Amino acid sequence: MGRKLLTENINVPGIQSLSVYRQQGGYETLKKALGMTSDAIVEEVKKSGLRGRGGAGFPTGMKWSFLAKPEGVPRHLVCNADESEPGTFKDRYMMERIPHLLIEGMAIGSFALGAHSSYIYIRGEMMYVFHILQRAIDEAYEAGLLGKNIMGSGYDFDLYVHCGAGAYICGEETALIESLEGKRGNPRIKPPFPAIKGLWERPTVVNNVESIMAVVPIIKMGGDEYAKIGIGKSTGTKLISACGHINKPGVYEIELGVPVEEFIYSDEYCGGIRNGKELKAVVAGGSSVPVLPKDLILKLANGEPRLMSYESLSEGGFATGTMLGSGGFIVMDEDTSIVKNLWTFTRFYHHESCGQCSPCREGTGWMEKLLHKILDGHGTLSDVDLLWEIQSKIEGKTICPLGDAAAWPVASAIRHFRHEFEEYVKNPQNIKKDHHYYRVNNISPEFA
Amino acid sequence: MSADKEIKFSDDAYALVQKIIKRYPEGKQKSALIPVLHVAQAEFNGWLSAPVMDYVASLLNITSIEVYEVASFYTMFNLKPVGKCVIEVCRTGPCWLMGAEDLVKYLEKKLDIKEGQTTADGMFTLKTAECLASCGTAPMMQIGEKYHENLTLNKVDQILDECRATVIEPISHWSKKEIKA
Ligand SMILES: Cc1cc2nc3c(=O)[nH]c(=O)nc-3n(C[C@H](O)[C@H](O)[C@H](O)COP(=O)(O)O)c2cc1C
Ligand code: SF4
Ligand code: FES
Repeated sequence: MGRKLLTENINVPGIQSLSVYRQQGGYETLKKALGMTSDAIVEEVKKSGLRGRGGAGFPTGMKWSFLAKPEGVPRHLVCNADESEPGTFKDRYMMERIPHLLIEGMAIGSFALGAHSSYIYIRGEMMYVFHILQRAIDEAYEAGLLGKNIMGSGYDFDLYVHCGAGAYICGEETALIESLEGKRGNPRIKPPFPAIKGLWERPTVVNNVESIMAVVPIIKMGGDEYAKIGIGKSTGTKLISACGHINKPGVYEIELGVPVEEFIYSDEYCGGIRNGKELKAVVAGGSSVPVLPKDLILKLANGEPRLMSYESLSEGGFATGTMLGSGGFIVMDEDTSIVKNLWTFTRFYHHESCGQCSPCREGTGWMEKLLHKILDGHGTLSDVDLLWEIQSKIEGKTICPLGDAAAWPVASAIRHFRHEFEEYVKNPQNIKKDHHYYRVNNISPEFA
Repeated sequence: MSADKEIKFSDDAYALVQKIIKRYPEGKQKSALIPVLHVAQAEFNGWLSAPVMDYVASLLNITSIEVYEVASFYTMFNLKPVGKCVIEVCRTGPCWLMGAEDLVKYLEKKLDIKEGQTTADGMFTLKTAECLASCGTAPMMQIGEKYHENLTLNKVDQILDECRATVIEPISHWSKKEIKA
């Protein structure tokens, strides 16, 4: 069993409440932090090697040290709880079950950054979690853990929760800031970066839910201790949300460095492929990262086992590797149509493109149409080439990384499964059969 | 909405809106727009008409166009009347792998409507949604604030029956119960 830093107490009955959370040692770390200097806290986070858990993996301590601190201008910590990357459901799981861990992390982070008011931006669909957070915040205010002079430290801190209303793009940090200002979620052109001009033009740090939660064990145990967990530059633990055709879908906290094979097949984690089927492919870090076929996800090009870490998953670049991303681990069995799964992803990006940049707005639509044409049995070989060309003209040519995120799944599917596209084009009569996917349980005869 | 019927939040909703506005610094009350639109949708039959949006604009002291452009950007806001229960079925990859496509077909057949439509009795609107962060418990759908997970067709039947038996006024993401709380 690997160490659990975030989920250690997740199954303690009543942990959602402040009283039980405190019985388990909750808010002791905040107390400790309030006795430290803000620089010392940032230093511990730097030493921990924590990398942003929202997908990009940028070192959190470094991000914090970049925050501008002009005299007399308020600054903010904003928690990104927009969690909308397909395959990712760890933040919802955590916030719903142990909301005070996020509040404690927000208080420590805000203190370290010198922010006196901070926001949690949660996607609107998770409205019930929004209310759970609001109730937890209310409890914390009543107990003097938020508000004026928290824990008698002299530090004033207000925490607010804010909801979105259905837009994946609002997970992109500058779109999130726009949305928090009451506008459409159009990403901003950078620079200026949020660390200089963010929310209401004030210096702002945006961090993922899990990153902020991880600050609590880091301050509790010390950055050096935290950095001993994991492997190489992939320090600490990571929440992986595993889904698809596995026996045990769910959220797992792993020590970074677990072999992918162990993660998929051991009973401690995914428990193997459902119904005795073979593994076909994995999307290891949320829909945006490249899909890899079985042999490449389990092993590196040199035959060594691939590990669940930032470095190992990206080993080989996009030719043979992928990315840890958000930790949304999507497993597909031998019966899955890669082309059709890809179409659902491309439809997603087309639907979610904010429309500011032509390559993204138009390109995602063209790709969706081409995939639809192929799946409809009217594709040609040149359509596959055209798909490739379109994706290559989106990547790197847009305001925000949603364009790249839309291109990578297409590129990787063609790179590793071109034969499947060609089969669909050459033998369209076989497409229907190949579409086999899991049927809803208890399917009535007319749907079988 | 008839023109003579005054558009006004209930006292509870009005108090809640004032509380929400206070979460943002002075002069930044526009930030409250999205949460307030959720409350408005809950208060006014599950959708946002132009007069309702104008009302929200006046409460926040912003122009109507600032409200329209936001309401039309976000998928959770309905700009047309909807049924009492809006069913939002997740259709993205991970749910598709687990049979979401069948689920949509089943609901279309069972409710005798197509995606995007509302049943003749005004009870149900069927929508599809993109990944709702519930992929490990796929297939799934959302009605109001509630996530219905690990769905089977039997479960879907039960949920629909329960809606028919219990729902008398439109349910929104921001529930009436939470507005009163
Ligand atoms: C299209 C898009 C969607 C994103 N969605 C999320 C999200 O839902 N949650 C998240 O934490 N980060 C998301 N990100 C990454 C954020 O922009 C940002 O990097 C992150 O919140 C930083 O936090 P971290 O450093 O703690 O990871 C998204 C990025 C893009 C381009
Ligand atoms: S890349 Fe796409 S989502 Fe990002 S700003 Fe451009 S159009 Fe909008
Ligand atoms: S794909 Fe349906 S909840 Fe994520």
